Amino acid sequence: MRRKKVKADPKGVLTGAHYMDGDYALAEGALAAGCRFFGGYPITPSTETAERFSERIPKVGGVFIQMEDELASIASLIGAAWGGKKPMTVTSGPGFSLMMENIGLACMMETPLVIANIQRGGPSTGLPTLTGQQDMMQAKWGSHGDYEIIALSPDSPQECFDLTIDAFNLAETYRVPVFVMTDECVGHMHEKVIIPPAEEIDLVERKWYNGPKDQYLPYKPDKDGIPFMVKTGDGYRFHTTGLTHDERGYPELNAECQDVSLKHLINKIRHNADKIIRIEEDQIEGAEIVVVSYGITSRVATKAIHKARKEGLKVGTMRLITAWPFPEKRFHELASKIKSFVFPEINFGQMVREAERSVKGLCPVVSVPHCGGWVHDPEDIYNAIKEASK
Amino acid sequence: MNDEAQNKGQNPIEGLLRMDRIPHIWCPGCGIGTVVTSFAEALKKSGLDLDKVAVVSGIGCTGRVAGYIKLDSFHTTHGRAIPFATGLKLANPEVNVVVFSGDGDLAGIGGNHLIHAARRNMDLTVICVNNFNYAMTGGQVAATTPQNANASTAPYGNFEFPFSLPNLVESAGATYVARWTALHLRRVTKSIQEALLKPGFSFIEVITPCVTLYARRNRLGDGLNLLKYYYDNSEIRHGADTKELDISYQGKLIVGKFVDKEKPTFIDAMNTHMGEVLGDDYEKYGRINDD
Repeated sequence: MRRKKVKADPKGVLTGAHYMDGDYALAEGALAAGCRFFGGYPITPSTETAERFSERIPKVGGVFIQMEDELASIASLIGAAWGGKKPMTVTSGPGFSLMMENIGLACMMETPLVIANIQRGGPSTGLPTLTGQQDMMQAKWGSHGDYEIIALSPDSPQECFDLTIDAFNLAETYRVPVFVMTDECVGHMHEKVIIPPAEEIDLVERKWYNGPKDQYLPYKPDKDGIPFMVKTGDGYRFHTTGLTHDERGYPELNAECQDVSLKHLINKIRHNADKIIRIEEDQIEGAEIVVVSYGITSRVATKAIHKARKEGLKVGTMRLITAWPFPEKRFHELASKIKSFVFPEINFGQMVREAERSVKGLCPVVSVPHCGGWVHDPEDIYNAIKEASK
Repeated sequence: MNDEAQNKGQNPIEGLLRMDRIPHIWCPGCGIGTVVTSFAEALKKSGLDLDKVAVVSGIGCTGRVAGYIKLDSFHTTHGRAIPFATGLKLANPEVNVVVFSGDGDLAGIGGNHLIHAARRNMDLTVICVNNFNYAMTGGQVAATTPQNANASTAPYGNFEFPFSLPNLVESAGATYVARWTALHLRRVTKSIQEALLKPGFSFIEVITPCVTLYARRNRLGDGLNLLKYYYDNSEIRHGADTKELDISYQGKLIVGKFVDKEKPTFIDAMNTHMGEVLGDDYEKYGRINDD
């Protein structure tokens, strides 16, 4: 998909080598990406991102507002996007649940915005200060109705920075909410973060409409399938709604319009899945076992993988940088070449179901669940690899 | 009044309506259309650049207003019109943002946002159509239903204590507060016009007939009967203490402009404070074109 690329505004880019945690790196990534609106509500373990925004954004010409709850935070983001800004919020489990209804509105209105979830253990209040990866399915399915979103999963503070920029670019490219699904460990992990000079950061511009005012249709897909957007106050007098709508944005409450608009919302992501999906693979060639992981679990798995390789086991790795859309084609491709997938994640087995669905029975997918509160013991992953290779 | 439009036999506010969406969904005798007419008249009289006015609605009968007004308009989720409008206003401060929604949407499910936007003195004009019930879903009891009135989920009459909306928003910090009925057309228009031009959080409650549900269930007759009730029982008392504005079932309706005071808006307060604390490090917000 070709879209006008611009360079980052140096004002928001803190070029240099830093020692910072993932939460701060999310904020810096957003500011580098041109985010100038933050609406949020405090929740552990994501508060550091909001704090960083509140300190930094007034100095770069943006606005920070601490809303009264997460229902308001996400609603303010949708309004801000239609007001012309690139907006972001950050939250964790309970707050993520509260955002769900309006995430559906953002999808329905085709609104570009970024939501970071620093996952903690759940359900309910669960483990506020301890890690988890239990909201991965919620990110995909949490709001009612059918829709598609994009979710990225950084495994380091550096990636928190890098992938937040990517998240904004994807949000603007596809006019869709994009989730940065990290976790408490990565959020609170301090590491070196290199922030490049602004001229090395490519940003995707919003797909602004510039045709005749009276011919603007907010939901008419362009050649690439994505409709043009306009900014409130620019004289287009457009309408948008959470109801099923036609190209004009007018409610059209019938099965025919639902069919067209729902397929559009879903296919604009599914048909571009190959362009969106990013995975990182290592020693896949000739591997018998492929360990699949994302976020903090990919780093924990490394120890188990090294141990298994030392013992002569042929272990490849696949790290999901993009969690949604799920790389189902790649799983299916590998399934007939390997003995088994091993899939550790800090939940009771969520993304592993997608892997099972994708391999269509061609090979086993071994789940290595963890209930949250801490990362896996690498021994558990090692044992699963060992068992699977028998 | 647009004479030219009248000569052509057109609706005088036709230019501000999405005529391709008419007829609207509101029942005969409903007061929402009346308030929309007042709003359109107020817009015309305000002298504002209408390209720079946006309407945000929530869900419900009044929530449909955004779909009929020919301005940048947003039909959002139930209760979240105000935080949506807050984001919109902050993102593009040159736009005059109007929230047009119902009592259930603004004071029931969205009550928290109502008080916080008032507290922040967010620069919004909020028009709240109060028909004493959840009409779109079939006349259920609301946070504004007078005691003893009947509703579909209060079949034995309502025993809860209703909100007095002017009292609520004044307590929370609103700088402009008025209440009228759908009978007070000119006054509604004037209040909306004043609110549009006033920086800060402005709130106008308009009590309107819901003939199909509230009136029918309570055997109050048709729209005309309700307007007669407003006529007989309304008392204009500008500047009245908002503590004394409770509405009882078929009782007296104190209307008027109760609050009209000056206070820095959210953006003004932010600019002043941040400018003082951060000096040259602070980039003044809302006065620059950052496209």
